[in-house]
Amino acid sequence: MPTVLILGAGSDVAQAIAQAYAAKGYSIQLAARNPAQLQAIQKDIEIRYRVECSSVVFDAADFAASSATFSQVQPLADVAVCVFGYLDTNEQSMQHWPEAEKTIAVNYTGAVAVCNAIAIRMAERGSGTIVGISSVAGERGRQSNFLYGSAKAGFSVYLDGLRNWLFHKSVHVVTVKPGFIKTKMTDGLILPPLLTASPMQVAKAVVHAVDKKKNTIYVKWFWRYIMLIIKCVPEFVFKKMKM
Amino acid sequence: MKRNITNWGNYPVEHADEYQPAFRDQLQALAAEKKDWIPRGNGRCYGDASLAPTVITTTKLNRFISFDTLNGILDCESGVTLDQVLEVIVPKGWFLPVTPGTKLITIGGAVGSDVHGKNHHVDGSFSNHIVDMDVILPGGELIVCSPDAHADLFWATCGGMGLTGLISRVKFRLKKIETSYIKQKQIKAANLDEIIRLFEEYKDYTYSVAWIDCLKKGKGFGRSILMLGEHAQLSELTLAQQQQPLKVVNKTLFRFPVYLPSIFLNKLSIGIFNFLFYLKNTKKEINNVVPYEPFFYPLDVIDEWNKMYGRKGFVQYQFVLPLNQKEGLANILHRITERGFASFLAVLKVFGKQDTMIGFPMEGFTLALDIPIRNGLFEFLDEMDKLVLEYGGRIYLSKDARMKAHTFQQSYPRLQEFKQTIQKYNGQQVVHSLLSDRLQLTPQ
Repeated sequence: MPTVLILGAGSDVAQAIAQAYAAKGYSIQLAARNPAQLQAIQKDIEIRYRVECSSVVFDAADFAASSATFSQVQPLADVAVCVFGYLDTNEQSMQHWPEAEKTIAVNYTGAVAVCNAIAIRMAERGSGTIVGISSVAGERGRQSNFLYGSAKAGFSVYLDGLRNWLFHKSVHVVTVKPGFIKTKMTDGLILPPLLTASPMQVAKAVVHAVDKKKNTIYVKWFWRYIMLIIKCVPEFVFKKMKM
Repeated sequence: MKRNITNWGNYPVEHADEYQPAFRDQLQALAAEKKDWIPRGNGRCYGDASLAPTVITTTKLNRFISFDTLNGILDCESGVTLDQVLEVIVPKGWFLPVTPGTKLITIGGAVGSDVHGKNHHVDGSFSNHIVDMDVILPGGELIVCSPDAHADLFWATCGGMGLTGLISRVKFRLKKIETSYIKQKQIKAANLDEIIRLFEEYKDYTYSVAWIDCLKKGKGFGRSILMLGEHAQLSELTLAQQQQPLKVVNKTLFRFPVYLPSIFLNKLSIGIFNFLFYLKNTKKEINNVVPYEPFFYPLDVIDEWNKMYGRKGFVQYQFVLPLNQKEGLANILHRITERGFASFLAVLKVFGKQDTMIGFPMEGFTLALDIPIRNGLFEFLDEMDKLVLEYGGRIYLSKDARMKAHTFQQSYPRLQEFKQTIQKYNGQQVVHSLLSDRLQLTPQ
């Protein structure tokens, strides 16, 4: 059976993706920072889906260590999904440099460190798929979340280039821009229901995109057009808006 | 985030802060930090038991921890729902030891309400099958309790409506099955006397329950259909069924789309429904083999069926009377019929013996009926409460949204013991609910 690697396995979306693949019979590799959480999720998947499940402890903010870890994790997964991210309010991040640094470190550098390590091995093997969960926030900088957004923008551009490079090595890259998701990360925010996806919807969209070799997906289709409109607003107007 | 939360009866509504911890450490941190909270599972109790200014919901704390397929012992976090449990255990030849009429409750809820099923007279309630469990006290401390360790906490938690703290893990024994099918027998009873006699006659059946038409007056007063069942053995299945004897069925037919305007729900429409339901069994007796789903969970195929009772919501009135109070049962049922507080089929069942600290069941008759909320209902139910008290019975807390404190105090004989145990483990009364305030279990 093929193997899927879930990077940042503790989040609601990551657990949903792991379950969606486990339901298809995939072997699951979970990677996250908290060993107790990893163990709980691993046991649950083994019992519910009766598939092989293993776990790897890593910290996305420790670039060198995670790069080394994923240069050698065995077996090399058929599908690697990079789910982890870090979001604080923009205000917090602006006021406290450690917050800003962590936002950039986890969402950009940390993601690149891990994806690089896996991409190199998949390229050598000549097969596989890398999925990066990026964000619509990365499409245009807005006052409400530009620190997070700029890191995700960097990650999106990285995934574009990675897709181009890996295409010639028979490895595929999917960029996922979920829009709002009902999760722990957004607890406490009031989200418009029509624009908000559940973790399970994101998971299904990911599985579908990998099967169909999609390049960039928005989980709820109208996000593509919302972002198109947002990107079309001329800068001299946009800078005056409160978004 | 504040939102309006309501349980299955859509009454009452509480504007509450809700937290949904996904891991035990997060839960312990919340328990230590928050005040005025109550645990909540899937929100399938009917009234105000899991409502409070702060609600800690367990539905994301929903992982299996271990499953001993040889001895049939399952260990899981409290937010796992019964339908998830069935999906895991049925294919391995195991079944829930006790199940209520819906599989959409959490395991934590099953313990907090100490649920009973159609097999109460044989297997007791859910607490009877627990090996041990973790309870997180207000303050964040985790205590492992069982009938042998911290037994007071254990018995105050089973049926204790979350007032001792939050159940985070439950390990319990399962029931061995050969197939996932039920050998069912349905018998029509023309009136109340006959149904009571039939219960007695068929008391050796593992599962028994009756649907009773409480609108029918006169000669057919109390007409009902008795439903009996046993887990079917392999040899009792058809050849087609034998291909997959441990099949799991898990389907929703449709979602009830809107809150039904209350005008549609009246004596006439409900009378027609009840009439047809009774009539559909053309024969006196039906014997067949059916999947477990329609036998145990007939209403789960309609998602959000509670909307049928309209936006104002409904209460489920469930009481139990001692076995020697047949006349009492007839009297209460008679008054409900006379007043015409329209209800779709009500459920009648005979309980076996039970004497737990705050458990609802006692040996006797239990009747449960849904009544849409309207003017005069609460006054009427207060009168019924008086009768229930007079006959030595009591009201089920999981269904209740309106009982008066003095009724409660007179009907649960081990109440003092329960109160003392809550005091011991939840001394500052950090954990309380609209229900516990209403029943004066906790100071308001």
